[in-house]
Amino acid sequence: MLKIRLLFTLLLQQGNYMLSRNFRLQSVGDLNWLKDYYDFDAIAFSIDELVVLNVERGTKDVAGFARHLSELVQNCFVPLAAGGGIRSLDDAFMLLNAGADRLVVNTPLVRQPQLVKELISTFGSQCVVASIDYKRRDESTEVFIADGGETTNWTVEEAARNAEDLGVGEIYLTCMDLDGTGQGYDLKTIRRIAETVRVPVIASGGVGKFGQLADGIERAGVLAVSTAHLFNFMADGLIEARSHMKERGIDMAEWDIRFNEEIVGALQS
Amino acid sequence: MISIVNYGMGNIRSVQGALDYLGFENRLITTPEEVFESEKLILPGVGSFAAAMQNIRRLGLFEPLNEMVKGRGVPVLGICLGMQLLVEVGTEDGPSSGFGWIRGRVERFRFDDSALKIPHIGFNTARFVPRDESIFAGLGEQADFYFVHSYRMLCERDEDVTAWVDYGEPVVAAVQRENVYGTQFHPEKSQSNGLRVLRNFGAVRVLAGIGA
Repeated sequence: MLKIRLLFTLLLQQGNYMLSRNFRLQSVGDLNWLKDYYDFDAIAFSIDELVVLNVERGTKDVAGFARHLSELVQNCFVPLAAGGGIRSLDDAFMLLNAGADRLVVNTPLVRQPQLVKELISTFGSQCVVASIDYKRRDESTEVFIADGGETTNWTVEEAARNAEDLGVGEIYLTCMDLDGTGQGYDLKTIRRIAETVRVPVIASGGVGKFGQLADGIERAGVLAVSTAHLFNFMADGLIEARSHMKERGIDMAEWDIRFNEEIVGALQS
Repeated sequence: MISIVNYGMGNIRSVQGALDYLGFENRLITTPEEVFESEKLILPGVGSFAAAMQNIRRLGLFEPLNEMVKGRGVPVLGICLGMQLLVEVGTEDGPSSGFGWIRGRVERFRFDDSALKIPHIGFNTARFVPRDESIFAGLGEQADFYFVHSYRMLCERDEDVTAWVDYGEPVVAAVQRENVYGTQFHPEKSQSNGLRVLRNFGAVRVLAGIGA
């Protein structure tokens, strides 16, 4: 059976990790903070996949982002999806060479559909994740690109269909109104999209408590849930979140982290 | 020394990172000369079958790899797309020929059941086929690994399959025939379960008189 995935999303802006609320950013700390204080390497052993997004506004420094990425994931043996600022095949190569398994695209879905197709024909559809950011509008939705800064006048349905037609392997769906609020996912919209598209959907935006991750699985019909909230899941937060999901009967992957301690121990002795 | 064949299809650094972490000497190689100096090979890969084989041929690596693996028995581990390249025929972006060290072909998933998404993404449980020697030693009868693929390998000989995973049908999760090993999943991305597989492959005996 395919396991349910718990994803953790890191938002990076010029070397600093950010907390986001409705896409407004606040700097929290640099890589040293993340590694030493946040104990990122240990935290990475409690997740199924890591997503790192370059949320630098305007033109993004992909090369700098790639360099940072390779340092970040040095001792991290979990799948990595990375994106933000991919505007060419060269940008994609930089991120893949830095350790990314998958590429996350947002603005190119609208502005450079040809590039998205090229990424898919070069690296395969499994390699490309469409990130769709939207706001709720009465009974409808409005999709934004360029870090939530620009409207497309598309509904989520239209954006999801566009992404699927381009051939992406997965959709990462973020409700901007709920982002960073801790109120939980937009279960209704996510469920509607997950039921419509053939590709898997990752729920994102709004989680503040463990239970809301499980809600995403049980009530939005997705197989993957993500949180980008650095503070709500500090220290053992993600480990507890994982246990909580298992206690709710959700089928999560198992591995023995003692093996890593054994390896590290053996190398140090 | 483990040589990681860098033929321009991404995901190289993660494999290297895992080998470094495990304390295995390794290097990235791109030339025929380096292939001939290898004691053990890893064929990583993300991307399309046709593009991968094209790159391998363009770099002049096809014959050297074939000579080392088929001719001299150097252990090779294909990971994900790298495993798929071990077969005779791929069908991604039109039919193209692979190395043919394992008999079979690679075809896209086909489901009537629309509840099953393509690609197959995420951790899933690989059930091991019991063998005397295995790169799954220490993991029990089954373990969870990270898969991400839209195409799957169809083996002609069941005895080449060392692990199965269920995704709509029994899917080949790993193969081995003599010195040729392959995992459809990414051991370098499968937390400690995958690290254990890489450590076991690192410990596979190297044939005498091979390598530099």
